[in-house]
Amino acid sequence: MSAQPDYTLYHPRWYRRRVSVWWWLQKKVYAKFVLRELTSLWVAFFAVVSLWKLRAIAAGPAAYASFLARMRNPFMVLLSGLAFIFVLFHAITWFNLAPKAMVVRVGGKRLPDWVIQGINYFAWVVVSVGVAWLALR
Amino acid sequence: MMKKLTPLFWGLFSAGGTIAALLYPVHLFLTGLAFPLGWLDPPRYEYLLSVARHPLARLYFFILIALPLFHWAHRFRYTLYDGLQIKHLTLLIVTICYGSALAGTLIAAYLLWSIP
Repeated sequence: MSAQPDYTLYHPRWYRRRVSVWWWLQKKVYAKFVLRELTSLWVAFFAVVSLWKLRAIAAGPAAYASFLARMRNPFMVLLSGLAFIFVLFHAITWFNLAPKAMVVRVGGKRLPDWVIQGINYFAWVVVSVGVAWLALR
Repeated sequence: MMKKLTPLFWGLFSAGGTIAALLYPVHLFLTGLAFPLGWLDPPRYEYLLSVARHPLARLYFFILIALPLFHWAHRFRYTLYDGLQIKHLTLLIVTICYGSALAGTLIAAYLLWSIP
């Protein structure tokens, strides 16, 4: 027996059942997992929209007006609506998982999950109100 | 090299995910729905420009765009692995994902630089 077995990415000798590309439709939790992973595409979508907006701000009032007009296009509104739903889903799953990613101890005791989640949701509300206040002034 | 960079990518993923969770819903609601549908009035150009001139606002916009792009790059990389079962294309996927995020970051920096 060799002490160092050769690991390869693929095991040609073993029989492995092929998994369908649609494996995630077989169970609700799998579907939820994949939908959560796909939120990243919508995050990227809005990052690109923000870049586009920055370009308009840098280019002048006419460019800004045409940016606003393009955002009113029904197709863009539909995309934004979808993106909003997915980004909300990202935010909620992110805050709910926060206690698992970040264990906070106070006086040697671990803070309960709901406290960390509560702080996250509270920060979310404060920040959102702040941004809206600045944008609508 | 990938092994050395992976912790950095996880860090960026995590920071970008937090920024996207805290700030994207409100920005997306305003820019994507409330302004286009006429529920609220969009800020005037002069006001937006005066805000964007402030160095702190530029830093804010930079973070708002760059970190979530790296969040996307990292998460989408694994989505492609799992979803399409194409782990053998690692190098290509990694280049496209982090490369696009880096490109977006540079564009953001350039645009913020060029705001008069």
